[in-house]
Amino acid sequence: MNPETSRRLLFDMLRIRSVEETIAARYGEQKMRCPTHLSVGQEAVAAAAGAVLRPTDLAVSGHRAHAHYLAKGGSLKAMIAEIYGKVTGCARGKGGSMHLVDESVGFMGSTAIVGGTVPVGVGLSYPMKLNKTGQISCVFLGDAVPETGVFFESVNFAVVKRLPVLFLCENNGYSVYSPLSVRQPPGRKLSELVAGFGLETHHGDGNDARAVVAALSEGVAAIRAGEGPRFYEFETYRWREHCGPNYDNDIGYRAVAEFEAWKQRDPVPALQRALITEGIMTEADVADMQAEIDAEIGEAFAFAESSPFPPPEDAFTDVYASAAG
Amino acid sequence: MATTFAAAIRDGLATALAADPNVICFGLGTDDPKGVFGTTLDLHKQFGPERVFDMPTSEAAMTGFAIGAALNGMRPVMTHQRLDFALLSLDQLVNNAAKWRFMFGGKRGVPITIRMIIGRGWGQGPTHSQSLQSWFAHIPGLKVVMPTTAEDAKGLLLGAIFDDDPVIFLEHRWLHNMQGEVPAGDVRTPLGKARVVRQGDAVTIVAMSYMTVEALHAVDHLVAQGIACELIDLRIIRPLDWPTVITSVQKTGRLLALDSGHLTGGVAGEIVARIATDHFASLKSAPQRLAAPDVPEATSPALTKNYHVRAEHIAQAVGRILGRDVETASLVAQRTFPHDVPGTWFSGPF
Ligand SMILES: Cc1ncc(C[n+]2csc(CCOP(=O)(O)OP(=O)(O)O)c2C)c(N)n1
Ligand SMILES: [Mg+2]
Repeated sequence: MNPETSRRLLFDMLRIRSVEETIAARYGEQKMRCPTHLSVGQEAVAAAAGAVLRPTDLAVSGHRAHAHYLAKGGSLKAMIAEIYGKVTGCARGKGGSMHLVDESVGFMGSTAIVGGTVPVGVGLSYPMKLNKTGQISCVFLGDAVPETGVFFESVNFAVVKRLPVLFLCENNGYSVYSPLSVRQPPGRKLSELVAGFGLETHHGDGNDARAVVAALSEGVAAIRAGEGPRFYEFETYRWREHCGPNYDNDIGYRAVAEFEAWKQRDPVPALQRALITEGIMTEADVADMQAEIDAEIGEAFAFAESSPFPPPEDAFTDVYASAAG
Repeated sequence: MATTFAAAIRDGLATALAADPNVICFGLGTDDPKGVFGTTLDLHKQFGPERVFDMPTSEAAMTGFAIGAALNGMRPVMTHQRLDFALLSLDQLVNNAAKWRFMFGGKRGVPITIRMIIGRGWGQGPTHSQSLQSWFAHIPGLKVVMPTTAEDAKGLLLGAIFDDDPVIFLEHRWLHNMQGEVPAGDVRTPLGKARVVRQGDAVTIVAMSYMTVEALHAVDHLVAQGIACELIDLRIIRPLDWPTVITSVQKTGRLLALDSGHLTGGVAGEIVARIATDHFASLKSAPQRLAAPDVPEATSPALTKNYHVRAEHIAQAVGRILGRDVETASLVAQRTFPHDVPGTWFSGPF
């Protein structure tokens, strides 16, 4: 991997981590009044996707989408303002944390119903194929999504039509407080299950950012070349509670030892150490990066706080194309 | 004993599970440490994992599963943490559960209970806040229950579980922490009658679920201004207790129907229509309704401020119906917490 890509990868991961931790630290102020699902611990897959996808590629996601939106290039200011419910938010305050959008960078939308954007991502890819645009459509999904009927129906159709879709699954082992063991039979690998539909699948470590980039680069090239959809599953771990800013290992749905083991494998310092050891970056470079990120986050929160709320009449707009509905 | 609405639901479930080995209880998070806002907490410990269990995120299939289990003798109770998630199961509910008895000539019914929780405010936004009782009430073959009090939460849930038809049981999230007296034991309330909450002769107010709470504030506030409204808590949306509504309108001659769902095509519209078409002669003034506007609920707190029907709107509507000024400023002043939460107990996220 070229040094520039490595640096960008680390930058994106540090940035996502810092954004999420800042939200967590300030959530208790009760100014961010919407359900918020943080990606702390899961930065690597998102950042790797950001490194591999082009700005012209399109992406969709689900409820835990901050990292995907940011990695795809979504505006940080617009995201924070959206979580604050401000008119300067990416959805003008109508959507909140679970409904992010930045069409200027191909992030077409994230929604809150599990599996809801999977077929939408497949649909996005159809004109790409017909018009041979060379774009691909990336569908971010969690490990609960391959439990929904709509996921299998979507994968099947994408295979039938050989559509340029990257199904990108972050398997963090849990759906809310439910481990995979109550949702899938013992020994099942999601990638093997999906392979039965007749597409290439891949399973890998989601905390090794550069390995994810390597795997996705090959896959994305194949999808772009017209070889049809692929499914990538990466194992990773959510550190904080399913929804909200806190740690919840005390409530008893997962073992503290399991959490600690994953924390040992924190993807952000792992990449940072590797880049320093390999001489790609110095400690000072990383400190500069972090300072740049902190300044940007400070600005984004100040922007969100000082932005106006939407005017009351906005509650009644945007339902139809024209005001007469 | 005084308990919360959520505890009353749990009590009802535990009572049903104890009373009948054919009752099973499942849904996302049913046996997790939060137990669906406490409503299913630790039931799996008492009744075992074969009868109380979690499920994959497979709402459509698991609804069909409930239907099949019911056809073979069980009484399944399925829970959705939001009504919005249950939308994936509409085909099973509408084409199978609601039709089975009819389309096979009355051989067998489908005694399932589907609990759906309706969210509101604090950023629940467009896809976690929908109050779609009118959709279900539109379907012949489904019953629709919307309790307000803790007592009804238990009694009507037991009534629903032991009813021989499919019941959509809608719980408003803003009611979960409300306290009330709840009788012990197997207290099954049949799915038949509305409840007259306040008696009066000025205006008949028809409400359901959380709307009843707002209406109660309005009605009690208006008493000091010499206006005695009759407040009816529907409790059951289908079959609707028309005699109770009609008797009241015949007494007051005035109707205000409330709805937590959207105005167009809503339950309130149905009540206004039925009274206007069949009981026009009883009316002294045009029947009125208040409902959520015909737009989705936004996430930003700035956009939900005047979205929902509140006590002051109800009081003002009563004033308009009676053609007199009513005072509502002191009613608004009583609310000491932000508009997007049900009380200080709620600080997000669900
Ligand atoms: C259809 C539907 N059912 C249930 C929910 C409630 N819900 C929200 S997030 C979630 C867990 C999804 O798990 P996963 O896909 O693994 O994503 P993760 O939260 O782990 O990132 C569930 C069940 C929902 N939003 N939509
Ligand atoms: Mg997961």
